[in-house]
Amino acid sequence: MEMKDTRSGFGAGLTELGKINQNVVALCADLTGSLNMNDFQNENPERFFQIGIAEANMIGIAAGMTIGGKIPFTGTFANFSTSRVYDQIRQSIAYSGKNVKICASHAGLTLGEDGATHQVLEDIGMMKMLPHMIVINPCDYNQTKAATIAIADYFGPVYLRFGRPKVPNFTPANQDFEIGKALHLKKGNDVTIFATGHLVWEALEATKILEKEGISVEVINIHTIKPLDNEAILKAVKNTKCVVTAEEHMLNGGLGDSIAQLLSRKLPTPIEMVGVNDTFGESGPPMKLMKKYGLTSDNIITAAKKVIARK
Amino acid sequence: MPTISELKNTVTQIRRDIVRMVHANSSGHPGGSLGCAEFLTALYFEIMNHNTNFTMDGIGEDIFFLSNGHISPVFYAVLSRRGYFDITELATFRKIDSRLQGHPTTHEGLEGVRMASGSLGQGLSTAIGAALTKKLNNDDSLVYTLHGDGELQEGQVWEAFMYAAGKKVDNLIATIDYNQKQIDGSINEVLPMGNLTSKLLAFDWIVLEEFHGNNIEAVINILNKAKECTGEGKPVAIILHTEMGNGVNYMMGTHKWHGSAPNDEQLADALSQNLETLGDY
Repeated sequence: MEMKDTRSGFGAGLTELGKINQNVVALCADLTGSLNMNDFQNENPERFFQIGIAEANMIGIAAGMTIGGKIPFTGTFANFSTSRVYDQIRQSIAYSGKNVKICASHAGLTLGEDGATHQVLEDIGMMKMLPHMIVINPCDYNQTKAATIAIADYFGPVYLRFGRPKVPNFTPANQDFEIGKALHLKKGNDVTIFATGHLVWEALEATKILEKEGISVEVINIHTIKPLDNEAILKAVKNTKCVVTAEEHMLNGGLGDSIAQLLSRKLPTPIEMVGVNDTFGESGPPMKLMKKYGLTSDNIITAAKKVIARK
Repeated sequence: MPTISELKNTVTQIRRDIVRMVHANSSGHPGGSLGCAEFLTALYFEIMNHNTNFTMDGIGEDIFFLSNGHISPVFYAVLSRRGYFDITELATFRKIDSRLQGHPTTHEGLEGVRMASGSLGQGLSTAIGAALTKKLNNDDSLVYTLHGDGELQEGQVWEAFMYAAGKKVDNLIATIDYNQKQIDGSINEVLPMGNLTSKLLAFDWIVLEEFHGNNIEAVINILNKAKECTGEGKPVAIILHTEMGNGVNYMMGTHKWHGSAPNDEQLADALSQNLETLGDY
């Protein structure tokens, strides 16, 4: 299995956009290399804006650049893309309805050694609460590249979240990306796992073991947390009648929270959630952190067995 | 071009609009609005090359951002008196289902507004963005902004000051409404600002200062001078000395009318000092 980082998928998508869409401009707050924005910068120097370490200013400039028809993509770490600039996003982008794409790298625990100051685990929650904000968390390099290209064709604010480490690149190259569409990765009848971001691969790994034990597992990749694909989720749950959610994010405000809200209103169903439970992260190697904080295939297996028993 | 006499009449009518709008809701911000009546009238009736047939993109025209969004009464009054929307809509200010929200927004599609403001400190950044896009589009028109002096306590403004000069955003004219008052008192009581001119010069802006911000001719002159300074590789700032509450005697010389509305008696007093010129809405 090829291992690639999702942030490089963003960089590749942005580079592609530089060639095909002259209205795309990119802004970065002194993390050009970390977000792999160098190729776009080199190929389109007049459309690349180095803002310096001033994220609030970057968000405001991006909002203003839409006036006159540009499509700004901002790039910095997920923490500095959201919590640091929440009011700027709220007023100048979301409430003002501006066509800005907030592209956020190093999300979650897998940022690793830099520790909790940088490991934002609340970003999906913050961003999904903003009216009309689209929230996307693709699972691998290919999907992140496709999502980056796709969001340029959608008019309105988008939050695109991706990560730092190299992870399996298992979805097809040059895939079509449809905002808001849940992707069925595997059919099954005993339990549905809804996963997002890096946890999609973990869900597939968990499935291999569960299936060996005779448990039939359905796996659905929710790359778009908002708008949620309600129809696909309800259809799946009607069949399997129990749910596991998995995400590299706080339980409060994340994917599981969105799905639980949908199901409790439309189709009450037993649900177990894999995510971070009301705590900050810490320094350490990414995969060791994922293990310590309960975000691995083993945790998904345990959750699946537990929720099946509750049916 | 309107004559000075006509502009003065417009300013007087706008002052009436401001106090009537705020009185009708018992809420709003009359003090800063009154103090900026000359500035916004000069900008929209004399200085800017703009199109009242509003488009969000504003291609080929000068555009303005109000960063201190709480002085929405003067912004709305000027936009409507200039023809962006009907003056009768001023009666809906701050009421339910209105496009004239307490603070300006694009959300309800009000012609003339390109960015929400109200949470302070964001307008210079957004104006820089619009100015950069004008450069990319080879559009040589200008971007204007207005900021409160108290608003400069927000850190984002200084990020933007640094950026605009460092990156030579020279199609931008930012005016500071230097009335030296804010909600809790004078700016020196709340947080002394020191020498603002020196600070902006140190940030490598071209800095102009006008001490008579409530004299329409002086305002026009300083704005014309600012226009002449654009295109020289530096952003341009105007420190505009105004008087909070100008034109209504009991509102002047105090910060207390920053965000307070007049009662019936006070309204009548204010209107008697600003007689109807263009017809009330």
